[in-house]
Amino acid sequence: MTATLEKDLVGLEFLSAEQIRLILDTAEPFKEVSERPIKKVPALRGKTIVNLFFEASTRTRISFEFAEKRLSADTVNVAASGSSVSKGETLVDTAKNLEAMRIDMVVMRHGASGAAQFLGQRIRSNVINAGDGKHEHPTQGLLDMLTIRDKLGRIEGVRVCLVGDILHSRVARSNLWGLTKLGAEVAVCGPRSLLPRGIEQLGVRVFGRIEDAIAWAEVLNVLRLQLERMEKGFIPSLREYYRVFGVTDERLERAPRRLTIMHPGPMNRGVEIDSRVADGPHSVILDQVTNGVAIRMAVLYLLAGGRPELADAAKGGDE
Amino acid sequence: MTRPVLLRGGRVIDPSRGIDQTGDVLVADGKIAGVGTGLSGPDGVDIRDVAGLIVAPGLVDVHVHLREPGNEDEETIATGARAAVTGGFTAVCAMPNTDPVTDNQAAVGFIVRQSVRAGLARVYPIGAVSVGQKGEQLAEFGEMVGAGAVAVSDDGKPVVSGHLMRTALEYARTFDIPVADHCEEPTLAAGGAMHEGLVSTRLGLKGIPAAAEEIMVARDVLLAELTGGHVHLCHVSTRGSVELIRQAKRRGVRVSAEATPHHLTLTDAACEGYDTHAKMNPPLREAADVAALREGLKDGTIDCIASDHAPHAYDEKDAAFDDAPFGIVGLETAFGVAHTELVSGTVLTLPELIRRMSSVPAVLFGLPGGSLTPGAGADLCVLDVANRWVVRAAEFQSKSRNTPFAGRELLGRAVLTMVAGRIVYERALDAAR
Repeated sequence: MTATLEKDLVGLEFLSAEQIRLILDTAEPFKEVSERPIKKVPALRGKTIVNLFFEASTRTRISFEFAEKRLSADTVNVAASGSSVSKGETLVDTAKNLEAMRIDMVVMRHGASGAAQFLGQRIRSNVINAGDGKHEHPTQGLLDMLTIRDKLGRIEGVRVCLVGDILHSRVARSNLWGLTKLGAEVAVCGPRSLLPRGIEQLGVRVFGRIEDAIAWAEVLNVLRLQLERMEKGFIPSLREYYRVFGVTDERLERAPRRLTIMHPGPMNRGVEIDSRVADGPHSVILDQVTNGVAIRMAVLYLLAGGRPELADAAKGGDE
Repeated sequence: MTRPVLLRGGRVIDPSRGIDQTGDVLVADGKIAGVGTGLSGPDGVDIRDVAGLIVAPGLVDVHVHLREPGNEDEETIATGARAAVTGGFTAVCAMPNTDPVTDNQAAVGFIVRQSVRAGLARVYPIGAVSVGQKGEQLAEFGEMVGAGAVAVSDDGKPVVSGHLMRTALEYARTFDIPVADHCEEPTLAAGGAMHEGLVSTRLGLKGIPAAAEEIMVARDVLLAELTGGHVHLCHVSTRGSVELIRQAKRRGVRVSAEATPHHLTLTDAACEGYDTHAKMNPPLREAADVAALREGLKDGTIDCIASDHAPHAYDEKDAAFDDAPFGIVGLETAFGVAHTELVSGTVLTLPELIRRMSSVPAVLFGLPGGSLTPGAGADLCVLDVANRWVVRAAEFQSKSRNTPFAGRELLGRAVLTMVAGRIVYERALDAAR
């Protein structure tokens, strides 16, 4: 008996190891669809999906949209600016209106932690969290895990360090839950002013110095440092951040092994990561982007009720 | 003239005189006419058999928000006063963060008039410390006291300026009123939605560290020490605050403190699932804080229990956690929660709980009440401490329903409340037993 998913995908904290493996395994056959000349299969034909983005996003929104279109769903994109949302409509009213239009799924990004769960509890449609505040970004966590599995052949026992602004990062939280559930060893590294309280109690190692993290890890997942962190006084300057925490060739050369380098994007070259590292032979940053589409296809397919063992067959028949 | 009432055969607890005995209480002409055994009333006396029930002074709550004027959709003085008497309270102190702010004698007088018009619990206004609660210029304490204010506070916000707090404590001495402060260092608390700890880390919500409260508690007790003024610390929530207050009291500083039923019983775990009914300021803290608050209540560091009754419209709370307002209602659950958790949990005896919810707060804020002494105004309540009931927010007399205790089974509730000798709330006594 294989695992099944709940109605919504809110976060990896709420999934079992079995459910996470199910999604990763289901993504495998979908990778191939994007390599075809005609990138379309009929798995979600007739399904209506709304991509509801209350925060700006390029990569995630496009990735979801490609995943939906390659599965033949009908999609509508709603951005916060210019919608009723910017006119003061509450999240409850937005939810009720979407429900009234009898849609099948909502992919939502929202600035408030818990917004995806909030929406999921109020509508019958499936809700996929595309990032809620500082809480979770589950499909990013999943695509990061798929990329690690592709590159290293396993997740269990792999030493992964998340580097940078852990305090404000939903990507960090999703990685942390997903990786620890599948048996990876997880660490975080960053200035103490950007590490959340009690993080050690979540079963992760904490490195205060990037050199120590590099000496320990097999994989570095380098998080984006947002400019406003400096403005809000969490760090003194981006220049110093690069000097103290930047992932550079010089630092990596002193590592006892070659590290796999990841970044969820968009990158600040020369702030959290050096260009030569980002563009170097051990970077899998673009593989992450490619895997993002396959992961999102898998999640959409499974939530729509698709059976994992038929994922291969579902690809059959061009539209 | 209201009919005399004889409450016969109850357990009479009057903490103001250390009385705890089975007996009768006779009420006539709005006053306690007698306490004893085998009392008989004048002709036409209304005799109530209260055997098995507690007869106690009416409960007193020094910290409520009644939202009038300004947010009458959430609560009015009349609905808040009705919620109060339903919970056994005969007197409540209304915080001044109304719209407009209660920062002058006319505004204070309005609250007094609305309270008299409602004719339920007595509502004592608390005036603002600063004009418009802006933290800049002192409000006119003297005129507000003249119009009926019993204390001053900028609650909802802290008094940020150390100079203003110092001046308020000094100036308040002329009128012998406490300055009640909401302790929160604003730059540490900014943007926070819950307690900073493991739960906030997991939920991805910005935390409010315990130090944000403790820094201001430390400042306030030092300023009270400097000025000789009476500082009353609202809704104390952390173990560090308890320790600071304990030390200050040992030095003889004029500091008093309240804790809420929710801070005495719930932790930040209640925020799991982004439950906005667990969002309040100060936030629910950790188990060690709850234990310290209980210990502080037991040893007298925390003087009294206050509800911080804070009504909000249902749709405001039906929002993402960050977007929902702080605060919960408490008047109708305060006694039940405190009795269930603190008396059954052996933190306080029943007479001591009643003392901390009646005579102690009355004395702190210089209010009549909190006593069953013959000749005193007949503000009393009858409590059924064996009554098991389930909190149903839909049945609240308050206009608002925002409670984290919905569905909770509690032991003990008020079944009759009397203000100035008049029965203002009565639960069908037979049905209740």
